[in-house]
Amino acid sequence: MIAELGHFALILALAVACVQGVIPMLGAQLGRLSWMRFADQSAILQFVLVGVSFACLTHAYVTSDFSVVNVVQNSHSAKPMLYKVSGVWGNHEGSMLLWVLILAVFGCAVAMFGRYLPPALKARALAIQALIAVGFYLFILLTSNPFQRMFPPAADGQDLNPLLQDPGLAFHPPMLYLGYVGFSMAFSFAIAALIEGRVDAAWARWVRPWTLAAWCFLTGGIALGSWWAYYELGWGGFWFWDPVENASFMPWLIGTALLHSCVVVEKRDTMKAWTIFLAIVAFSFSLLGTFLVRSGVLTSVHAFATDPERGVFILVLLLIVIGGSFALYAWRAPQLKSTGLFQPISREGALLLNNLLMGTAAGVVLLGTLYPLFIDAISDGQDKISVGAPFFNAVFIPLMTPMVAAMAIGPLLAWKRGDLTRALKTLWIAFVVAFALAIATWSWQSGQSPWGIVGVAIGAWLATGTLIELSERIRLFRIPFSQSLRRLISLPRASWGMTLAHFGLALAVFGVTGAGAWKVESVQTMRPGETVTVSGYDFRFDGAQEKQGPNYLTTEARFTVSRDGDVVTQLFPEKRVYTVRQMPTTEAGIYTMLSGDLYAVVGDSKSDGSYVTRIYFNPLVAWMWIGALTMVMGGVLSLSDRRFRIGAPRRAAAPAGAQPAE
Amino acid sequence: MKRKHKRLSFVLVALVLLGGAAALVLNAFEENIVFFQSPSDIASGKVGDDRRFRLGGLVEDGSVDRSGGETVMFRVTDTANTVNVSYTGILPDLFREGQGVVAEGRIVNGVFVADEVLAKHDENYMPPEVADAIKKSGQWQGSSN
Repeated sequence: MIAELGHFALILALAVACVQGVIPMLGAQLGRLSWMRFADQSAILQFVLVGVSFACLTHAYVTSDFSVVNVVQNSHSAKPMLYKVSGVWGNHEGSMLLWVLILAVFGCAVAMFGRYLPPALKARALAIQALIAVGFYLFILLTSNPFQRMFPPAADGQDLNPLLQDPGLAFHPPMLYLGYVGFSMAFSFAIAALIEGRVDAAWARWVRPWTLAAWCFLTGGIALGSWWAYYELGWGGFWFWDPVENASFMPWLIGTALLHSCVVVEKRDTMKAWTIFLAIVAFSFSLLGTFLVRSGVLTSVHAFATDPERGVFILVLLLIVIGGSFALYAWRAPQLKSTGLFQPISREGALLLNNLLMGTAAGVVLLGTLYPLFIDAISDGQDKISVGAPFFNAVFIPLMTPMVAAMAIGPLLAWKRGDLTRALKTLWIAFVVAFALAIATWSWQSGQSPWGIVGVAIGAWLATGTLIELSERIRLFRIPFSQSLRRLISLPRASWGMTLAHFGLALAVFGVTGAGAWKVESVQTMRPGETVTVSGYDFRFDGAQEKQGPNYLTTEARFTVSRDGDVVTQLFPEKRVYTVRQMPTTEAGIYTMLSGDLYAVVGDSKSDGSYVTRIYFNPLVAWMWIGALTMVMGGVLSLSDRRFRIGAPRRAAAPAGAQPAE
Repeated sequence: MKRKHKRLSFVLVALVLLGGAAALVLNAFEENIVFFQSPSDIASGKVGDDRRFRLGGLVEDGSVDRSGGETVMFRVTDTANTVNVSYTGILPDLFREGQGVVAEGRIVNGVFVADEVLAKHDENYMPPEVADAIKKSGQWQGSSN
C-alpha cells in the first residue's frame, strides 16, 4: 500500500509540474500577478509530493519490504541500518528519485526564500525548473519505476553491492546530486533572464548564491568520491580519469568559471552573455554526466547493468534541453548590452582568463571522454580504443599550471585597469618562496619527473600569493597592527571565501603533486613475521585471522609499522567476502600523517601460509582532502556573506544599461 | 586601446589557448591512446609487439595459476582463441574465472604482460568491449542486448 502511495504521489507531482511549467510562464508574459504567484505554491506542493514519494521508498527499504522489486534487488534484512537507508539511492531507480527530490528542494527554496525576487523573474525561473522536472518525472515513471511490485514476494533481498556499503559512499551521491541539480537553478535563472532580455547586477546577486551552493556540494561530493576510491578500491590512487569521474569534473570546471564570471556581472555590469552561456553549459554538463552514468555507453568502473532504452530517453532529454536553450541563447543573447569597459590587464581580464582556461580544460576532458565513442561510431565498431590517465595528465596538467600561476596575480589587479608590474612586485616574496622550494625539491629528487618540481613551485606560489593578497587587503605592517587586525575582522565574508578557496586549491596542488610524482609502491609475498621496508618505514606482517562481520566474513591482516625501531602504528587491512552476493571487497589499512599515508592491502593467501601484500607510501595525500575541505569552507563562508541576504537583492529602480527586450 | 582592439586581444588569447590545447591533445593522443584487442585479433597477427593495448575477454576456467609468488598467470579467451597473461600484484576483487576481464599492457615473448587489470563495481556487468569480442568470435550466448 505504501509503495503505491509513493508511486501515486510521484504521478501527482508530475501533474503539478506540468501546470507549473505553463501557468506562471504565461502569467509573466501577460503580467498577471496571481498566475505568477501560482509558481510558489506549486513548487512547495511539488516538494511535498516528491518528499512523500521518497519517504515511501525509504520506508520500503527500512522495513525490508521484499514485495518491491527495487528493495529485493538492492537490500537484505541483515544489512546495517545506515546501508538500508543509503541503499535507497544506491541503485538506478532510487538515485533518479533522489535527483527529482533535490530538484524539488531547490524549487521550494526559491519559492520560500526568494521573496525579494521580481515576481516575473521568479515565476519564469520556477516554470523552467518545473519543465526540467517534467522530463525527469516522465523518465522515472516510464522507464525506471522504483515502486514496482513482484508477486510472490521474495524471502529475502539480494543485498546492496558491497562496494557501496560504506559510510563515504552513503553520502557521496546525495552531495554530487545537490551539486549537479544546483546548477539547474543557475540554468533556470539564465533562461528566465534570456526570456526577459535583461541581465544586471541584481540578477548576478540572485544567481550567485545558488551557483555557490551547487559548487560547494559538487566540490564536496567529488572529494568524498575520490576519498572513497582511495581507501576502498585498494589501488593506492584517488583519481583515475574514469569517464564517470570526468562527468562530475566537467560541471565543476564550468561551474567554477561561472562563479567567477558572476562576480564580473555583479561588480562591473559586463560579460553578461558569456555568463548566461556558462550557466547553460554548466547544467548541460550535469545532464551529460547523468546520461553517461545512466546509459552505460562508456566502459567505466561505475557502470551498472544498464538498459539502452533509458539511455535513449536521457539522450533525447539532453538534446531538447541543450538544443532549446542554445537556440534561445542565439536569438536573445545579442540584446544583452554590457556597459562596463575594461583593459585586458585588469581584474575583469584575469577573471576572463580563468574562464577561458577552465572552459578549455573542460573541453579537453570532454574530448578525451567522448573520443572512444566517436572512434567506435566512425569505424562501425571495428576499432575500440580507450583514453586513460596518461592522456589526461599530459593535457590537463600543462593547462592548469598557468591557471594556478595566474590565480595569485588576478586578485591583486584593480578593476578596469590593472598594473601588472606592481602586482608582480608585490608578489616578490611568493616568487622567492616558490623558487627556493623548487630548488629544494630538485636537489632532493633529482632525475625524477619535472612535474613534481613544477607542482611544488606553483603550489607554494599560490599559497604565498594568496596570503600576500590578504595582507595587502588589511595593509599589514603599513598601518599599526591593531588597525590591521580590525580590518581583518571586518573583511567581508565573500573576500574571506575567496582567500580560503584559493588557499585550499594550493594545498590540494601539494597533495596531488605528492601522490602523483612520488608514490612508492611495493608488491610482494610475505609470511607472518617477515618485514618489508618502504620509504624508510618497516612494515612487519604479523599474520592474518578470520573474523565475522554483520553481513560478511573477513580476513584481517595485521602490520606493525616502525621507523628506526620505533613503532609508528598498526595497520589492519581486510579482505571481506559479503555472504549474500559472495562478493569479495578490499579494505585498505591506512595511517594518515601530514607527510604522507602508510597504506597496506592484503591479497590472496597461498597454501604455505603466505599472503600477497601491496604496500604504498603516498606522500602528502592528506593535503588533498584538507585542501578540498578548505575550498568548501571558503564557499560556505562566502555564501553567508550578508549582501546575499539583506537589502541588496532589490533591483535598482532604473537599472543602468539594462534594456528590456520587449 | 580602442574597444575593437581590446576585443581582438581577447580573441587572440582565446585562440592561442585553444591552439595550445589542440597541440597538447594531438600530441597526447598519439602517445597515449590505447587500442582494444581481442584474443582473436592477436592470433591473426594484427597486433605488433611494441605497442600497449587493452586485452578483453573471459578468464578461462581453471587457468588461474597463483604459484609464482606475487605474479599470477591466467588465460584470457574469447572462446575462439586464448592468450596467456601474466600480472604482478593484487587482482581486483571481482576478478574470477569465467568472468569478463579487461587488462592493459603489452606482449613480451608471446605472453601478454599486464600492468593493469580493471575492476568493475557490479559483478553482473560485462564490459561492452568484451561482449563484442565474444560476439565477433561467433560464440555469444548471452541475451539479445
